[in-house]
Amino acid sequence: MANKTASKTAGTNKSFIDRMGGQKFIVLILVIVMFIFFSAMSPGFRKYTTIVSILDYSYYIALMAIGVTFPLLTAGVDLSIGTGLICYSLIGGFLVVHHDWPVAAGMLVTVLLGIAFGVINGCLVALMDLPPFLATLCTCMITRGFGAMVVGGYGIPWPTATAPGGWFRSIFKIQVGGQNIPIGFLWIILLVIIMSFVLNHTKMGRYTRAIGSNKEATRLSGVNVKFYHVMAYVICGLFAGLAAIAYSAIFATVQPGSGAGFELDAIGGAIVGGVSMSGAVGSITGTLVGVFVICLLKTGLPFIGLTANWQQIITGLVLIAAVLFDILKRKREAGK
Amino acid sequence: MGEVILTMKGIDKSFPGVHALDHVDLEVRKGEVHALMGENGAGKSTLMKVLTGIYKKDSGTITYEGKEVEFHNTREAQDAGVVIVHQELNMLGHLTVAQNIFIGREFKKGISIDDKKMNEEARKLFDRMHIDIDPTETMSRLTVGKQQMCEIAKAISHKAKVIIFDEPSAALTESEIEELFKIIRDLRDQGLGIVYISHRMDEIKVITDRVTVMRDGSYVGTLITKDSTKDDIINMMVGRVIYEDPKTKNMTPPGSPVVLKVEHLNAGKMVQDVSFELHKGEVLGFSGLMGAGRTETMRALFGADPIDSGDIYVNGKKVTIKSPQDAVKNGIGYLSEDRKRFGIVVQKTVAENTTMADLDEFSNGPFINKKKEKEVAEKFVESLATKTPSVDQLVVNLSGGNQQKVVIAKWLTRNCDILIFDEPTRGIDVGAKNEIYKLMNQLAAEGKAIIMVSSEMTEILRMSDRIVVMCEGKKTGELDISEATQENIMNMATREIN
Repeated sequence: MANKTASKTAGTNKSFIDRMGGQKFIVLILVIVMFIFFSAMSPGFRKYTTIVSILDYSYYIALMAIGVTFPLLTAGVDLSIGTGLICYSLIGGFLVVHHDWPVAAGMLVTVLLGIAFGVINGCLVALMDLPPFLATLCTCMITRGFGAMVVGGYGIPWPTATAPGGWFRSIFKIQVGGQNIPIGFLWIILLVIIMSFVLNHTKMGRYTRAIGSNKEATRLSGVNVKFYHVMAYVICGLFAGLAAIAYSAIFATVQPGSGAGFELDAIGGAIVGGVSMSGAVGSITGTLVGVFVICLLKTGLPFIGLTANWQQIITGLVLIAAVLFDILKRKREAGK
Repeated sequence: MGEVILTMKGIDKSFPGVHALDHVDLEVRKGEVHALMGENGAGKSTLMKVLTGIYKKDSGTITYEGKEVEFHNTREAQDAGVVIVHQELNMLGHLTVAQNIFIGREFKKGISIDDKKMNEEARKLFDRMHIDIDPTETMSRLTVGKQQMCEIAKAISHKAKVIIFDEPSAALTESEIEELFKIIRDLRDQGLGIVYISHRMDEIKVITDRVTVMRDGSYVGTLITKDSTKDDIINMMVGRVIYEDPKTKNMTPPGSPVVLKVEHLNAGKMVQDVSFELHKGEVLGFSGLMGAGRTETMRALFGADPIDSGDIYVNGKKVTIKSPQDAVKNGIGYLSEDRKRFGIVVQKTVAENTTMADLDEFSNGPFINKKKEKEVAEKFVESLATKTPSVDQLVVNLSGGNQQKVVIAKWLTRNCDILIFDEPTRGIDVGAKNEIYKLMNQLAAEGKAIIMVSSEMTEILRMSDRIVVMCEGKKTGELDISEATQENIMNMATREIN
């Protein structure tokens, strides 16, 4: 996306795939092929309810993935988003369920907690120079313990759709004539558009990418590198908070101690969608497409009779393929 | 040449243990190209870093446009109009040309960045420079030459009054250099002051108006380029160094066999058609300026980097070297210029480091024979006079000179007969240097063949039996020690290649 303008002029020496968006384009085709494959293989899969449940499942992963794209673009990572999501949701829900806070206030706390941990991660990485992997692994553990501690170890059931305060569940799904309409997808699309704009047309996005490309050079250009580096993690935290709301709205109960591994689905999705672990390369739309590969694998494989174990193995293989693709591409470019 | 725009006077700068700049002067006028020359480590880059605020000077004054100034960072220098053109440091490969030029001061339209205007402005800059670069192209897709043009465009867009070019031609092709010179002349005619750092004597003659020469962190003098010869400049660069125990004649026993023969070795850009022979009991010095391709030649020979073409013969037999293992099998040991990164494992003991290259020899099946390891390590500690309380000492606690001895011991356990010493005394104090020299001479006397890559002229003249000189990836000369002088070596090291 950032080289949208570049691809226009450089079209002559770029392949068809590159002009269509590169990896993103291939992955989009992969999503379609997978969808057709699963539908053909399993009658159960091609039901409306299945599609709704795939979408339900995708919201929180997509939101985490949009957020984590920013640290990834700075050549960093945020491993705390998975356990963080559960922590924020637990605490927000705890206030609603056990302290009779209004749901809106609980949601606000959830998002603010996400932002707060984003600030902490950002400061650890950008100001104190901790390696991102290590810093966010630590906050991953901290959020996991912190959330469980606050709620006292019990699961938190956010209000159900029909209970008072249950309105927030209809942010993602409304019922029209007994039929579930997955309107959450519209929010995701809207956020993808907004964050694509942020990434490609604002200083925030430009400098995120610049930091991932060459941090020292960016600093020497007079950019306030520390601020923008922190902000990448704050954006990630904000989206982890939004993901926590999506998670609370979709699932009946939030369990303390869970959440570890969610971040891998999100990071995996981003990488499959063309975000480079070495920074600077990637797009929000790519990330979204990548997330759907992960979600389709998770929900589709059981329909063709493959167990959860297979699903893990295949997801791993897809990730290797995506990373290899990135490495080969960079080698080819370096060789020129 | 116009009036003086920049004067640096009595600039002094010390780092722990090094007096990097000793009261250096430099004067740049409007409308001149001023060359800054000197051997490796003469202090050229340090001086420019002091000017642009990367280093803080200890004393001295900088006068710019008639006022005394002190820049605290490159941004301040830039804003005042003093810009340095590196080629790689400032490049953001993933961004477009225009995005690179205007990074940190983007044009905005509301909250959004106005890429269209940035592209237009970049195009105007290129038009003014009479070069054709598409501002929307991704930076990493441009050639190095074009990338440098972008850096220059960026400098101009900062309304620069003084532009420093730090070895701008090093990675450029002939035609790109032509283009660069055209731009530099243009800038000069517009009244800018240009500082041009380069090793290439022919370029200095073509493009510069004056030359300031530095040596060992001191100011030597300033010459008018057109009134001086290459020899004048070289004499100022090398000076008169008094060195101890220079070798006056080749100490290799007459008729000693060739143990290593390299023919037409090519490996990347930095090793082009390099051929040489190495005799038993000989110390062969490799001299040249920074970036001459000496280390690259050695790395290729040792199998650390891929060889494109060429033949290597060890003891008259043709060998294939594709990896360091192959090299070691053929008796070639390499002592890297960067000990800490490639030579030793500092958090391991002297004994463990000594046996590292030949652990099979010290193992019974999968188990390491600690006793034998210790014995051998102790033997080498004694024979090389390594100063360590015991062989169980961690290498990190040893001095640089003694670390180097551990590396030597490592290769001796493998019975390597060909030892490549790459900058063997870098970071080692004077006393320990002498010991390393003694040790190398002793090894040569015992029949080992030694290649020594060194950037220090005194070291080359003191240690070598013969000297190979390289310049920009090519071998430019070979001298017997009896005919070698600083002047003729430097002459070869800066030879024009066409």
